Amino acid sequence: MDYRLNRKQEAFRKEFVSWLAENLPAGWDPSRFRNFESSEARAGAYRSFQGKLARAGYAAMHYPKAYGGQGRSLMEDVIVLQTLASACMELRMPGSITHGMAAPTILHCGNEEQKKKYLPKIIDGTDIWCQGFSEPNAGSDVANVSTRAVKENGHYVLNGQKLWTSLAHVSDYCILLVRTDPNVAKHKGLSYLLLDMKLPGVEVRPTTQITGDAEFNELFFDEVHVPEDMLVGQEGQGWMIAITTLMFERVLGDALMGAAFERNLERMLDLAKKTRRSGRPVIEDPVFRQQLAQGFIEVMVLKYHGLRNLSTQLQGGIPGPEGSIGKLLWSEPNQRICENAVGMQGPLSQITGGSPWSVHDGLWQHAFLRSKGNTIEAGTSEVQRNIIGERCLGLPKDISRAARRK
Amino acid sequence: MDIKLNEDQFEIARHARRFCENESSIEYVRAMFEDERGFTDDVWAKMAEMGWMGMRIPESYGGLELGLLDLAVVLEEMGRGVTPGPFFSTVLLAAETLMAAGNEGQKARYLPGIAAGEIKGTLALHEPDGGADLGYIQMEAREDGEGYILNGTKIAVPDAHVADFLICVVRTRRGRQPGRGITLFLLDTTSPGLSVSTLPTMDGTRKLCSVEFRETRVRREAILGDPHKGWKPLLKALQVAQVALCAECVGGAERAMEIATEYAKVRIQFDQPIGAFQAIKHRCAQMYVEAETARSILYWAAWAQDHGKAKEAAMSASVAKAYCSEVFRNCSTSAIQVLGGTGFSWEHDIHFYLRRAKANEMALGDPAYHREQVVRLLEA
Repeated sequence: MDYRLNRKQEAFRKEFVSWLAENLPAGWDPSRFRNFESSEARAGAYRSFQGKLARAGYAAMHYPKAYGGQGRSLMEDVIVLQTLASACMELRMPGSITHGMAAPTILHCGNEEQKKKYLPKIIDGTDIWCQGFSEPNAGSDVANVSTRAVKENGHYVLNGQKLWTSLAHVSDYCILLVRTDPNVAKHKGLSYLLLDMKLPGVEVRPTTQITGDAEFNELFFDEVHVPEDMLVGQEGQGWMIAITTLMFERVLGDALMGAAFERNLERMLDLAKKTRRSGRPVIEDPVFRQQLAQGFIEVMVLKYHGLRNLSTQLQGGIPGPEGSIGKLLWSEPNQRICENAVGMQGPLSQITGGSPWSVHDGLWQHAFLRSKGNTIEAGTSEVQRNIIGERCLGLPKDISRAARRK
Repeated sequence: MDIKLNEDQFEIARHARRFCENESSIEYVRAMFEDERGFTDDVWAKMAEMGWMGMRIPESYGGLELGLLDLAVVLEEMGRGVTPGPFFSTVLLAAETLMAAGNEGQKARYLPGIAAGEIKGTLALHEPDGGADLGYIQMEAREDGEGYILNGTKIAVPDAHVADFLICVVRTRRGRQPGRGITLFLLDTTSPGLSVSTLPTMDGTRKLCSVEFRETRVRREAILGDPHKGWKPLLKALQVAQVALCAECVGGAERAMEIATEYAKVRIQFDQPIGAFQAIKHRCAQMYVEAETARSILYWAAWAQDHGKAKEAAMSASVAKAYCSEVFRNCSTSAIQVLGGTGFSWEHDIHFYLRRAKANEMALGDPAYHREQVVRLLEA
């Protein structure tokens, strides 16, 4: 067993860290939790930064060269992603679905033409992708998707609605789960499409969320004609494709989360040293010390469990449903960390960014609200625990679901 | 980076599982729970034959000179089987402290006997007023001619009633800081002025004693390592012991989860297995999450004790002790809830896990103590 990078990997890490120091966008301030006021500005900064990464040979390290990658190892990708997560997570966010879901789906399940056409533009930052899974009646019950795709003269004609579509307003393409066959069991009638967001009949309506930001959107499809070569895999394979790619990518995502959260913990430590209670730094208060430690412990759990899973994957093991653990390991601790960080601030806890009294520029107030989405997005905690209970432990499905399956 | 057990370690685990199932079955645990000594010489001798007592002891002293991770694999299985007896006190507390603090002569005198299963020892650390604070050492020794005279009481000393020797942590310079003026004395438990009483405890699988010192004379040679400088090596040994306890916690937590899950699959209420209800399913899932992640933390901490820098070793031990011991407590508690009335009965085995979990949680620094250590290390 060894937790260290080997000499070559360590040299690569150092090389990338020094490259990054020279190549962050002009005016980038690492102490600020938000360097961009609008999601459009952030998306623009992402595109040009991703382009720089690609030109310097640091983008998609383990993707084949034929598709715009570097043809190197997964470990090098991990090193790059962890470094980015720690140094400039904000700059990475607009590409999170693009690289976390769209690219691996196309790489693992797409055909040759799709890989050649879409991956290079993902890797060089040209295209941003969003994900259209959720619908008004398909939340946790994702397989209940009712957006219809009917095949007609070389096209799929789309009608329906998607919801909670992050980044759709700045996206060029969308990975889409649609119903192609309403006459079979619900998981079997789904297909996986790639959608050009510029097609006529696609309408994006931004939704304001709990933080006041508009990261989310509603998507409406009115007789949208999607060319049939945009189908990934075969008709009816949509559910399986969605599940497998999620599992593959979760491991990389968890490794990245560990690094990002270590950075957050440093910020929390700084907060505890600077914020005062009874005239003394909060960090001297035993209750808050315990909370700080517990936050750190939970981040270490995320980090070292993530590394263990990653190591399994690096050695050729296939990650299974135990990947569902990872989602619980960052979402729930992040909520506790944000609660405690806001709690340290006493009356100042109510002040958001933009005041001379703002603590950390309102970072924690925003993070506190945003964290409430963590246990809902990408599969609720309840769904994760169902998956773990049924697929890792072999517990039976509840009777109503089991009966409907038959 | 390579984070998985190697073939040898899997083999060690397989042997240990078989041993615990056959030689230290749950019937043995039940019998030893009631037994005053808490183990049989027969099982103890068989453990020694397996080489377990000397796994981390250097070859030159008759051991196998393996790493903490190798021993952790065995301890996971012992946790799984709530194995009773003075293994932890002898191998982790006494031997580790000897290895960290002892001089050549002391090591040569005790380690080969420990490795062979012929000698048993323990560590007298906690004091009645110290609570879970490991650094609260107020018991004093006063210099007297050729040696020292000890007076005071040590509490919650594991297995002192069967130990041949004990290592006593004593203050030889006045003060409150644990870093200064602490001396480790190694004494035979038959020393005049030393008396051992077995305490009635919740976890009968691991006996605890109080040890009374009344004008107990010790010679200068009984000092382990250097006088007044015992704290640093002791802390190193304690970190190893803390991580070892975590290994027991991981094994115990996983077994509690399995017991609950197996039951949830077969127990029918409201016309279906209770494991189909999300209220039960999510409890089981949470136990799985906690046990599996505790193992990830355990591996890191065990690796760091042998290969990490001093700060990483200290940090990982405290992170692990706080986390893994709470996980074991949560899992054993949750398992009782899933088992319902059955879990509350003396007849079912699950209560042994709860007892051991609570004992491990409070031993060698409770979670609050270790969280405090974590913050101190973060501030450093």
